[in-house]
Amino acid sequence: MDHQEGYADDVVKGFLISSMLWGFVAVLLGVVVSLQIAFPQLNLPPYFSYGRLRPIHTNAGIFGWGIGSFMAFFIYITQRLTKTRLWSPGLARVQLWLFNTVIALAAVTLLLGMTRSKEYAELEWPVALLVVVLWVIFAVNIVMTIVKRREEQMYISLWYILATLVGVAVLYLVNNAGIPVSLTKSYSAYAGANDANVQWWYGHNAVAMVLTTPPLAIFYYFLPKSTGVPIYSHRMGVIAFWSLIFMYLWTGAHHLLWTPVPDWVQTLAMGFSVMLIAPSWAAVFNGYFSMNGQWHQMRENYLAKFLIFGITFYGLQTLQGPSQAVRTFSAFIHYTDWVPGHVHMGTLGWVSLVLFAGIYYTVPKLYNREIYSVGLANLHFWLAVIGQLIFSISMWIAGVQQATMLNASNPDGSLHYSFMETLIELYPYWYARAFGGVIYFVSLLFFLYNIAKTITGGAPQAVAQKA
Amino acid sequence: MIEKKPIIFLLLATATILVGTVITMVAPFWWINDPKLAIASVKPYTPLQLEGRDIYIREGCNNCHTQTVRPLLSDTERYGEYSKSGEFAYDQPFLWGSRRTGPDLARIGGKYPDAWHVKHMKDPQSMVPRSNMPSYEFLKQPLDTSLSERKMQALHFPYTREDLMELKGKSELDAMVAYLQKLGNDIPWRKAAQAVVVGELKNPFQDNMAVLPEGKALYQQNCAQCHGKDLQGDVGPKLSDLDKPDAQVFTTIYSGSQAAGMPAFGDSLGKERTWKLVTYLKLRQRH
Repeated sequence: MDHQEGYADDVVKGFLISSMLWGFVAVLLGVVVSLQIAFPQLNLPPYFSYGRLRPIHTNAGIFGWGIGSFMAFFIYITQRLTKTRLWSPGLARVQLWLFNTVIALAAVTLLLGMTRSKEYAELEWPVALLVVVLWVIFAVNIVMTIVKRREEQMYISLWYILATLVGVAVLYLVNNAGIPVSLTKSYSAYAGANDANVQWWYGHNAVAMVLTTPPLAIFYYFLPKSTGVPIYSHRMGVIAFWSLIFMYLWTGAHHLLWTPVPDWVQTLAMGFSVMLIAPSWAAVFNGYFSMNGQWHQMRENYLAKFLIFGITFYGLQTLQGPSQAVRTFSAFIHYTDWVPGHVHMGTLGWVSLVLFAGIYYTVPKLYNREIYSVGLANLHFWLAVIGQLIFSISMWIAGVQQATMLNASNPDGSLHYSFMETLIELYPYWYARAFGGVIYFVSLLFFLYNIAKTITGGAPQAVAQKA
Repeated sequence: MIEKKPIIFLLLATATILVGTVITMVAPFWWINDPKLAIASVKPYTPLQLEGRDIYIREGCNNCHTQTVRPLLSDTERYGEYSKSGEFAYDQPFLWGSRRTGPDLARIGGKYPDAWHVKHMKDPQSMVPRSNMPSYEFLKQPLDTSLSERKMQALHFPYTREDLMELKGKSELDAMVAYLQKLGNDIPWRKAAQAVVVGELKNPFQDNMAVLPEGKALYQQNCAQCHGKDLQGDVGPKLSDLDKPDAQVFTTIYSGSQAAGMPAFGDSLGKERTWKLVTYLKLRQRH
């Protein structure tokens, strides 16, 4: 299946290099904003303040690093699973340029304070329109390739790819509806509690359709490819797929527990969030059971390490998430540092580890070379995991501590601590978080160095084999 | 099998996604912002308040501040009356936020006098020691009003010529303060909260010199920003020759006085520490 010649892979290289660049920006900005929270004098308004940089951090991470890599892998995987050349490589090149233009425009406009303020949907309407064009080009190319495929059966990765293409389109169009005032300013089409409910239907399903279904598509493709073992259960995959994309869309309002959004919407969100444990863990089990008899690969095969740790963080994430979606626990930890701790286990742990595995697997194939250094890849792995754990664990403790302090009351029923008294106690945890972020950033440098050396140097694989 | 039919697969996946979407996202439009939930006293923003709100959005204040008070004791005791759907009817977009790195601002309106906000925006740490809020001194730049009227029209908010004239010569900071002072203040919850009797008002530390050091520390932490390090007065009045009964001083600190621009400290200090502060203010004069 690995006859590289027929496939349009140059554009895959372009997307991978772009996504790594934006990933570098995202993590660097993450370190910067984490330091700005701990040391407010590092804010240099108007442009370099936390309020403006944080959305650039999230956009560069989710859309630059995340979507950029997904575009690369969707194009790579779809061609191989359909045994068909990409429908239009020319269109894909347009898509690559448009993608980088959009992300760069996003960074510049957000820095200038042009924002719609809705989380992960901040981009003002002209940039948002370009995103729509970008997505249509992408979706058409992938769907047409699948339609013209030479392999009749669609492997599980292709289902997740198709769901992503349609899911993102629906979410983005609805939540970005707005009333333009000028080229750089618009207002949301919805008001108040309605706007909140639309936004978190979008926000949480961005987690579903951007941070869950694409990495699952990638995981289901690269786990067998990297380890040589087939997926444990096709049937479990089918059930998990349909129940996952059915249930996710009900859960947005768990971001809005105890707010003026109707109680029944909140209750449905809470119930479906807990039910989501089942399909999420079906994927985790599918990963684990596939490894039965092959667990020694965790010692020998660095790709297996990235993938299995990735799916493990996914499993932890999908237990922690539903627990946070329960009213009583939400009352306690919502709005505290617990939540960024949770989010970064998903992004730095689950999504990024799987993407790293995919890149380590594909780059040597695309450039016809051996990986430059397995030792460096192992170092990257351990530093990434350690950095992420320092980040998340310090934030969980900080969240629980602040929640406890905020809830502490005196015998007469008045509150024991002022808000500031709880905030002052968070500084040590913020230093720890920044430290974890720096470790993760260093791990990323090793990764980028390793990939750069693989691309530019080393003996070509084919030549080495022939000799 | 549908795994062999991509277009049917795509349509089925779309339908699957739309079920939850229609029920939990589309259907609530019939419930939320229902006329029954409307609150008559909630008014749209004036041009100045709306400009302030746009600056709040531009600077990404919602990345650190929420704007919704939950019906939970730790929220209502700290911030005030819980938020009602009708209070947000004019909020496009909503600004509830997701993380309270700083405190909730849903009911910040009327809590502090304008002068407090001006000083706080310029140098947050001077008003709130150890705060991690950045300085927004640059907001003293003149307000750009070129789009103000078009913004009001886009949102169908009523306005008069006088409203637009009011924008003349205003700074961005003026607009921001005007916006903050409106927040949560459209329903008369603050008056209701102040009317609550706080129990028998007898100072348990009367003439107790032992609490003076703590009282002094509390003063420096909570009061000196407005009343001066030596009680000489600044944003708030001079307190060095305070000559009021203990109970009255207690009530003013504990419940605040909106008319005088005095914030309520009962939620953050509690009764005991408020009495210690009262004792300090009264006894220090005897030295």
